Amino acid sequence: MSKPLKQIHLAAHFPGVNNTTVWSDPAAGSHIEFDSFAHFARTAERAKFDFLFLAEGLRLREQGGKIYDLDVVGRPDTFTVLAALAAVTDRLGLTGTINSTFNEPYEVARQFASLDHLSGGRSAWNVVTSWDAFTGENFRRGGFLPQEERYSRAKEFLATANELFDSFGAGEILADQATGTFLRDAKAGAFVHQGQHFDIHGRFNVPRSPQGRPVIFQAGDSDEGREFAASGADAIFSRYAGLAEGRAFYADVKGRLAKYGRRPDQLLILPAATFVLGDTDAEAAELAREVRRQQVSGATALKHLEFVWNRDLSAYDPEGPLPDVDPVVSEEHISRGRAQVRMYRDPVAIAREWRQLAEANKWSIRDLVINTGNRQTFVGAPESVARSINEFVQADASDGFILVPHITPGGLDPFADKVVPLLQEQGVFRADYEGTTLRDHLGLAHPDSGAPAAERAAS
Amino acid sequence: MSSAPDSRDPDHLHLAVALDGTGWHPASWREPVARPGDLFTAGYWADQVAEAERGLLDFVTFEDGLGPQSSRLLEPDDRTDQVRGRLDAVLVAARVAPLTRHIGLVPTVVATHTEPFHISKAIATLDYVSTGRAGLRVRISARPDEAAHFGRRTIGRIEAPDSPDAQELVGDLLDEAADHVEVVRRLWDSWEDDAEIRDRATGRFIDRDKLHYIDFEGRFFSVKGPSITPRPPQGQPLVTALGHRTLPYRLIARQADLGYVTPHDPEQARAIVAEIRAEQEAAGRAGQALHLFGDLLVFLDDSRAAAAARRERLDALAGEPYTGDARIFTGTAAELADLLEEFAAAGLTGFRLRPAVAGHDLPRVSRDLVPELQRRGRFRTAYEADTLRGLLGLARPANRYAAAAATAV
Repeated sequence: MSKPLKQIHLAAHFPGVNNTTVWSDPAAGSHIEFDSFAHFARTAERAKFDFLFLAEGLRLREQGGKIYDLDVVGRPDTFTVLAALAAVTDRLGLTGTINSTFNEPYEVARQFASLDHLSGGRSAWNVVTSWDAFTGENFRRGGFLPQEERYSRAKEFLATANELFDSFGAGEILADQATGTFLRDAKAGAFVHQGQHFDIHGRFNVPRSPQGRPVIFQAGDSDEGREFAASGADAIFSRYAGLAEGRAFYADVKGRLAKYGRRPDQLLILPAATFVLGDTDAEAAELAREVRRQQVSGATALKHLEFVWNRDLSAYDPEGPLPDVDPVVSEEHISRGRAQVRMYRDPVAIAREWRQLAEANKWSIRDLVINTGNRQTFVGAPESVARSINEFVQADASDGFILVPHITPGGLDPFADKVVPLLQEQGVFRADYEGTTLRDHLGLAHPDSGAPAAERAAS
Repeated sequence: MSSAPDSRDPDHLHLAVALDGTGWHPASWREPVARPGDLFTAGYWADQVAEAERGLLDFVTFEDGLGPQSSRLLEPDDRTDQVRGRLDAVLVAARVAPLTRHIGLVPTVVATHTEPFHISKAIATLDYVSTGRAGLRVRISARPDEAAHFGRRTIGRIEAPDSPDAQELVGDLLDEAADHVEVVRRLWDSWEDDAEIRDRATGRFIDRDKLHYIDFEGRFFSVKGPSITPRPPQGQPLVTALGHRTLPYRLIARQADLGYVTPHDPEQARAIVAEIRAEQEAAGRAGQALHLFGDLLVFLDDSRAAAAARRERLDALAGEPYTGDARIFTGTAAELADLLEEFAAAGLTGFRLRPAVAGHDLPRVSRDLVPELQRRGRFRTAYEADTLRGLLGLARPANRYAAAAATAV
């Protein structure tokens, strides 16, 4: 018997504050007005996507001691904009990135439980960690957390938040006007947590929400991050959108679940993916080249080279050859508030490799950054893109994708109009929502049930 | 006197309603109109705010706290016969914002346990999603149990409110709240209005000279800035606070655009207004607009007897007479209009009404009191502005950093 086709999960990432987002395009709208968020969310819901995804950053990035000004700068508060989006959508899941370092469990648990109530069970939390004193300067506590403790804090933060969500059982609110009993149990919401990072007790004040707990996402890629996801997340926002690396990541993470007593279908793998559509594959390829040139201006190319060189390169010509000087190797980095720079563990070796690449291909600085940076994941006619996405998912390289359009707010519209119908025709993507909560869309069990909604319905 | 705000019609009163669960009387949830089972749904709150907007009210406030409600002032109780539990007020306000068009939305935030950086961007975002109708009501928490929910500080139990220890604690919490508001306000200004330039020629999205570090350093915390959120539509969303005595009056005078006070008669109102105006002058804000609203808890019916009977019935259900900080009014809309006019003559610029039973008294405000005030020429007959500041006759403030930069040139 052949394996049944997997259903694809699709989500939409609101364009972020990095050079993927092309703000210079004439079609690019506001990144802060609510109309942009509402348009984007409505498109995602029209396309029957699982959820919308919002990233977060708690300090504006700097480079060379100055606020980085070449990308989109400025974004809204995650919780507040998601609560407002709940008013203009009915089914779409609402996923927000919230930092576990610069927040406290009681407040975050209140906010997610409230968002879940206010959206009728559509909330999700992408749990991220940071430790840097740079971001800490915006907060009362400052940069208090050693790097090696960030996952232990995140794990304990999530565990504590779960204790708060669980402190109210279902059916605790009786609101019985005849007998005058509002609460079933005087101790509803009682909790005690004593641990390395949190020592708190008292009474939680938001009753159990429709999903019981928000859906939990994790995005870190380190061994610790993968283990954190395997132990307690419902989904991973991953970065592996290539077929081979995607399959390796998928197998690795799903393989870690058994030791936590979890099944492979209890953790979804959803890589970020960009796309460029055209009427033909050739037209899309040409468009993709143009988009890359928009994403990497000469000025942007120099700044990206500085991520590796860790020194001021403003005197160089972006259309000229790579610098002869070697990168500065130092704990102090020219770029602050950007996780990406930590990936360059041996900058001198990378510089050598890039110089060779540039010489062999006759690339300028800008050409090099365009060609080595994040190229679009899916480029082609709608048929080709639909086929690639389906092949990728059926090959167990992911369970679906979190799509990152490069134009705000209309960049998702062509995908919704042209690719989604093809996936629906192939029977690998829902023609309409079957449930009301995000857990329903993702096929995840309600924490009170022990079985996914579909299984409950079947039994 | 320069400190009273300019209003579009100087005869007009301003009206707000304070939303809290099913109403302010602890037995309000027992009333047939109360819908207590809907309290944790968006639909309930959307209906409340739509009713207030129908009455052309200036704004609604949303109560909140970082612990369960209690019949005791400074500690939780174990009662199961009253409403317990509530949704985050900022998120409730954001959830109803796209469903309304004119009314201001003013959630409560607790300065004692929250990060001013988060609060600033949350209220700025509320201002974006409501296109200029956001405010906040700042409060402190002196409850030891709420401090234990955070585990970051210990707050001692207040045994006697007038003891020196209690005064020192409350004074510190209010000073900290004043710093909190200062940081929130500076962060709102940390982007100049025209900071986003989208200059294709140079590839710059912003002019970073128009973004500002706030570099706040105070007794309780320091915050660097700038905000991650651009300056909100109103520039400075409305800051409000409730006060009952000198120390909180000082917070209102130093940091608020609008204070709620609880006089029980016009004579008290006159004295409170004088005290706050003096504090305002002492704080160097004599020229700035500061609204002072009287808080009243209202039972509104077709006759005074019916309102009094309803109050008695609810008190009996609760097992004890309800008393609070604010004067409790029982009577008709016309009688309430008389009282509001008397208070207004004593220097109050508006009122925040606390419906005893939201399902009953809020529609009485919007459908009886408002038409009564309109007949007397004391209330708007249509919304005359698009922003909350506009409804209150408050100008959009200049950006403190832009002004400083202009002076330096």
